[in-house]
Amino acid sequence: MSFVEYSELIQEGDVVIIFLGHDSMMPVKVQSGAQTQTRYGVIRHSSDLIGQRFGSKVTCSKGGWVYVLHPTPELWTVNLPHRTQILYTTDIANITLMLDLKPGSVVCESGTGSGSLSHSILRTIAPTGHLHTVEFHAQRAEKAIQEFKEHKVSHLVTVRNQDVCAEGFGITGVADAVFLDIPSPWEAVTHAKRALKRKGGRLCSFSPCIEQVQRTCEALLNHGFEEICTLEVLLRVHDVRSVTLPLPDFGPEEGCTSSTQMASDLSQEEVPNTGNTSVICKTATPPREMAGHTGYLTFATKPRD
Amino acid sequence: MAECVNDSDAESPINYGDYVVLKRGDVFKSVQVENKKKVIFEKQWFFLDNAVGQLYGTMFEIEAGGSLKPKAVKRAGDSLDSKEAGQDNRHIVDDGRSQKLTRDDIETLKEQGLKGQEIVQQLIDNSTTFKDKTEFAQAKYIKKKKKKYESDITVLKPSTRLLAMMYHGREPGKICHLRYDTLAQILTLGNIHAGSKIIVFETCAGLVLGSVMERMGGFGSVIQMYPGGGPTRAGMESFGFPSHFHETLHEFPLCKVNALLAGTLDLSEKDTDSQANGSRIAESDSSQETSGVSEEKNSEPQSMEVSVDPQEEMKRAEREKLREQRAQEKKLKMEEKRKKLASAAALLEGRNADGLVIASRFHPCPVLMGLLKFVAPSRPFVVYCQYREPLIECYTKLREQGGAISLRLTDSWLRHYQVLPNRTHPVLLMSGGGGYLLSGTTVATDAAKARNQHKSEEPAAKRLKLDEISSSCDSSAKAISVV
Repeated sequence: MSFVEYSELIQEGDVVIIFLGHDSMMPVKVQSGAQTQTRYGVIRHSSDLIGQRFGSKVTCSKGGWVYVLHPTPELWTVNLPHRTQILYTTDIANITLMLDLKPGSVVCESGTGSGSLSHSILRTIAPTGHLHTVEFHAQRAEKAIQEFKEHKVSHLVTVRNQDVCAEGFGITGVADAVFLDIPSPWEAVTHAKRALKRKGGRLCSFSPCIEQVQRTCEALLNHGFEEICTLEVLLRVHDVRSVTLPLPDFGPEEGCTSSTQMASDLSQEEVPNTGNTSVICKTATPPREMAGHTGYLTFATKPRD
Repeated sequence: MAECVNDSDAESPINYGDYVVLKRGDVFKSVQVENKKKVIFEKQWFFLDNAVGQLYGTMFEIEAGGSLKPKAVKRAGDSLDSKEAGQDNRHIVDDGRSQKLTRDDIETLKEQGLKGQEIVQQLIDNSTTFKDKTEFAQAKYIKKKKKKYESDITVLKPSTRLLAMMYHGREPGKICHLRYDTLAQILTLGNIHAGSKIIVFETCAGLVLGSVMERMGGFGSVIQMYPGGGPTRAGMESFGFPSHFHETLHEFPLCKVNALLAGTLDLSEKDTDSQANGSRIAESDSSQETSGVSEEKNSEPQSMEVSVDPQEEMKRAEREKLREQRAQEKKLKMEEKRKKLASAAALLEGRNADGLVIASRFHPCPVLMGLLKFVAPSRPFVVYCQYREPLIECYTKLREQGGAISLRLTDSWLRHYQVLPNRTHPVLLMSGGGGYLLSGTTVATDAAKARNQHKSEEPAAKRLKLDEISSSCDSSAKAISVV
């Protein structure tokens, strides 16, 4: 297993995602002899995990079962230990596309934070690209390095423990894309420009507040960036279910049209023959509450020098 | 291999044959650079010949006769800004006479070959109300006029971003109204990356296929399932991938999926061309033979009917030869096609694909049910549909059938913002919908499970007691306390 390459069987040292049920997952590092407690009972790594195929069903000690999944950046994002606020898949997807990331891209990122975006970038730029990520918090930087090693992607990434606003990314003229998720991105625009290739490249800044966006856009314009564009993407998750709509009773009527018949004319869904008083239809309902805002994404192009 | 991928790092100039994306403002057009080819873009026509040899990202202005000239340096200016500005519009009256230049005047200026910026300056100078407008209104006025009269064109290297935005802006119908942020979700949720084996079924002009191939960077394989007579790839071609990318691309007709699943797929291609098929085995020798035969034919009539016009005879022989050649070519093509089919079938037969992407105008349900069988367990799949209802059906069917978890039906909203000092707000017009996605992860089905010593499918709660008895030796105390 690696975050940038699929494999078929679970091996010692792998990180696997235990799928316990709807929206309930946990990451586990596989070690022979180790055990993991779940609400369905214990999972013994040596017998239950090692040598099993990814995606298979594992029965726990209490008879319940779980699925063991191959890790992906998307699964990692919803399972990783938070050290900071993180970026989620919807924003990550747009960042990746709008920064033109692909195998071979050289990318700068700051801050590394919990590494949610980092894993996604690494997946996309492997096997020939490289990620230069800067995190000013020593402990977080250390933790990230350790995680990249465990996930077998450390050959694709350099973590620098420094302040990007003061010291930049530690590289000059080699990046295809720069991503900023820091409180004052406008202070890092000069460094971003320096890190990007002479022939140009793309930049993205993520900020929760519009005032930050405003200052960033101003700085980008002053530094000659073009195609400055700010957008926001919201994800709606629909809940698929059957709903029952009772039919009104207009009382007995002469003639042939009863209200149930009318309803069955309207929709092809079966009317339960018992009672004849309701219609079941399959629908997708929006959630009662949803994430209304994560952050504004500001993109820009650095033109050729 | 590594060099191939990084070749974009080199300062590669624009070449004949390259696929490029033209940009004016935020309008894009994809074209192939060809010798003396007239390109029409945004009501202007020009030739790209002068762009050849220039670097990607260069901005050009159109000169008389449709030739392009690289634009000098950055537009020297916002020299257009006037210092004077009004406070509000209480004294500005719309009498339709504020612009002193007439339509004809402007046409004349254009014919004189005045630069766009100069025309805009003329318009400003001849507007009686301009200096009374507020600073913001002035900026808006200039922006609007610039958009109309400054017609610089930038030549860019194609990318998923540019092509997805281009298709969505120009021909959304061709790509089932797939918006670029939705395409972004597809590529990410599908975990598309180098080295994997991805099945793609799309009727989005080849845009989705191309974007998948870009993300794979020429590593791994893509199997394009296609409906009808052949795959559509115009959008993919527009990416201008290097040739080694094409070696990773395979194709398989959807109409043969059932045969493949049943193990009755006939790779000998009888139905299309039985003759080509019959002689296939002895192809190499037969090609020599046939050429021999044709020679014989040529010489025979010559010796017998000497009276025939030798020129006429030559022509006939030539024609004969050509036909022979064409048949040969056809045979080769058939052979090529058969080989391709066989290689795609071999890739599918392992039923171990790393992902499945569906984005088509067909009902997604049968497509998904059919193609999911080729995907390995613990792999993501993504289905795009312009409408929500068919995906509800897919969702329900998958739930009944099993073999997939983490099912999610989603759509996304995309909102653009105008960010300017004291004028920041969402852009007035936003896209009404970018389609819907059903995504999930495959898992081992229970049939495959049977060999893993496990039995019937029962909810965990029901089986709890049973298993507790059998495994009471371990952690029974804890288990009971939980129950």
